[in-house]
Amino acid sequence: MFEARVDVKHLPGIADPQGATVERSLPALGYTNVSEVHIGKLIRLVLDASDEAAARAQVAEMCERLLANPVIEAYEIQISELAS
Amino acid sequence: MSTRVAVIVFPGTNCELDVQHALEQLGGTAELVFHTETSLGGADAVVVPGGFAHGDYLRTGALARFSPVMAAVGEHAAAGGPVVGICNGFQVLTEAGLLPGALQKNAGLKFLCETVECRVDSTHSVLTSGAALGAVLRLPINHFEGNYICDAATLDQLRADDRIVLRYVDNPNGALDDIAGIRNEHGNVVGLMPHPERASDTVLGSADGVVLLQSLLDAATARSAV
Repeated sequence: MFEARVDVKHLPGIADPQGATVERSLPALGYTNVSEVHIGKLIRLVLDASDEAAARAQVAEMCERLLANPVIEAYEIQISELAS
Repeated sequence: MSTRVAVIVFPGTNCELDVQHALEQLGGTAELVFHTETSLGGADAVVVPGGFAHGDYLRTGALARFSPVMAAVGEHAAAGGPVVGICNGFQVLTEAGLLPGALQKNAGLKFLCETVECRVDSTHSVLTSGAALGAVLRLPINHFEGNYICDAATLDQLRADDRIVLRYVDNPNGALDDIAGIRNEHGNVVGLMPHPERASDTVLGSADGVVLLQSLLDAATARSAV
């Protein structure tokens, strides 16, 4: 069994109004040294696969078809094997 | 027999009765079709109304395409049948691949609920065929994710093929090229963020949406006569 963690983020150049708003808010708390705040999604799932490569390929397919919208989002996949 | 329009209802859809009322006021017959149906029952046209289909979970419109009825909507569109997605319905059509691009959060990160002016920039669609080119319509918007985006090649294509049917006069949400509504290649599938059904009677503050809904009914009637 493998655990996949999918980090879904905005594509470069796509507006991230949530990130921008948080970035504008942090200085109010005294954090004036913060930049490049981005807000995305973290999706965790567990799947049964023959090996890590197969798990990664299947999760990438899920990302293309559902978990991310390729028009506006990029994704990064981390796979780790779960102790049985 | 009057022209029949299927108004699709997902869990979370909330504009279906307004759309039904507006279409029937114009003499059409509007039938609510629940998302679990696999057939449109021979309807001449389809409206995917606004709301929060499937709770807008994951992304707005993302899960609606898995509803059984969407296969029938896709077949209807592929056969040249009129399909109009309003607001959340527009988001559903982009996620379902029936229209290009995506709707992202409004640039100002505010939910917008106001009446805006939209200019008819193409009359080559089932929703705008009866409108005058360049006409400015006062239509309500009511959305958080109405900021249209697509890649540069898609935008070039939309412009070159006269597929941007409505533009905001004063862009409220940051939409690329002021886009309020687009059509597919053949003009039978249209998506727009403003709500024409909420501008269907002067008692609502504007009747400017009538010309759009009447265009849709006319397109549906023409199709049923084939």
